[in-house]
Amino acid sequence: MNLNYLFENWRRVLDLAWDHVTLTVIALALALLLAIPLGVVVAHWPRTSLPIIGVLGIVYTIPSLALLAFLIPVFGLGRQPAIFVLASYAQLSLVRNISAALRGVDPSVLESARGSGMSDSQVFRNVRLPLAMPVLIAGLRVAAVTTISLATLTAWIAAGGLGTLLFDGISRDNPSMILAGAIAIAVLAAVTDLSLRFSERLTSVSRSQRRV
Amino acid sequence: MTNRLIEPSNGLIAIDGLDISTLSGAVLRRGIGYVIQQTGLFPHMHIEENVAVVPKLLKWDRNRIDHRVDELLELVGLPPTTYRRRYPVQLSGGEQQRVGLARALAAEPKVLLMDEPFGALDAITRTRLQTELRQIHHRLEPTILFVTHDIEEAVRLADVIVVMQAGEIVQSGPPLDIVLRPANEFVRDLVGSDEVMRRLSLIPVGTVLTRAEDHGSGSTISSTSSLRDALGLLLETGQRDLNVIDEQGQRIGRLDLDSIKRASIDGWYPETKTQP
Repeated sequence: MNLNYLFENWRRVLDLAWDHVTLTVIALALALLLAIPLGVVVAHWPRTSLPIIGVLGIVYTIPSLALLAFLIPVFGLGRQPAIFVLASYAQLSLVRNISAALRGVDPSVLESARGSGMSDSQVFRNVRLPLAMPVLIAGLRVAAVTTISLATLTAWIAAGGLGTLLFDGISRDNPSMILAGAIAIAVLAAVTDLSLRFSERLTSVSRSQRRV
Repeated sequence: MTNRLIEPSNGLIAIDGLDISTLSGAVLRRGIGYVIQQTGLFPHMHIEENVAVVPKLLKWDRNRIDHRVDELLELVGLPPTTYRRRYPVQLSGGEQQRVGLARALAAEPKVLLMDEPFGALDAITRTRLQTELRQIHHRLEPTILFVTHDIEEAVRLADVIVVMQAGEIVQSGPPLDIVLRPANEFVRDLVGSDEVMRRLSLIPVGTVLTRAEDHGSGSTISSTSSLRDALGLLLETGQRDLNVIDEQGQRIGRLDLDSIKRASIDGWYPETKTQP
């Protein structure tokens, strides 16, 4: 096992990494389009939590390979079914974290915000959202890292991305190729994790504990 | 309910003769200062931004807000240069509640709602803030609706006390009436009329003093102090009487042991009511 593949074909690895990133970003963006309203609904009306989280939980328990296989007759091969699967899997943790983040804001702070005469939308924008931000970003971070790792699997339905190196490497019995793919995925996940951790810290209230 | 965070199931609440249900909740609340026990300061904002919340909602211009923030921080005893740029977590509980009070007073509301504002503070801080609240009330004269479980606090601060039991008003009136003429057993228990020391702790010196021009030799005590404090001071110093001064430090009379004794008897009520 050696790093030859990585050094000799670094352009291809970079290309695939770019595919991987766009796949992840598009899937997460689509997931957020649904997850944000669902998260707000669950945070506002806790009664909706059981059905919504329940259904998403069921989706989450379907083995990902099985779901990919089932979707081939429906969507065919390629990026679109991959994006669909990735977005569905990200739903559960996103919705759960968004609602937990919004609900986690100290009720006495919200009461005094309303008591000061802020309208509902002002309370949300000026108080609830900024205070929930660190937890929101933490949720996004978990979802992003999970999606990056899951996007490896979707190479199996020809969605591209770094998983291609793994599957090709296995079928061609090329360990150096597998290693290159594994390293690239790990680096991608780590960089994503660290940069979101950093912005989590930036938005956190704990920065205010700094002595002035 | 007065600021419509909760809507009444029936009845009418009016401020200055205006039915509040005719105003939008947000607009109404901008005109009412609101202080709660947990302070509810915005942890992600500097102290200055916390205080400026309502003026900003009312779209005051920057200079006016700036000026007002300084003024208010001075008023509640937090030097602006030290405190403006701090965050709530950097302040002690008492300081946070001062900020809460400054925030509530920011837009010069005519009505202030205070829901057990000093309940979570230690006794020394509480007493100090009560004294300051009295002074602020004296200067700005807002109407303050103050909820408390502490009868001593109620007696010390209120012009009118409304005693609630299980959601019903059982008695309302000036503090002295509540203490000396409890309407039922519940109020009696609440003010502890049967217990001499407790009773004395609720009667201010100002209600029993003897108006006298001559200067006694004794120590001085404020007319807003309780008879219990006065008794303590008499015992401690071994003097026959005390000089009573008002809040401006002017000497207004004398207090001796006999008057305290008279006031300690159940059923006593001052003949001519003198405002403490």
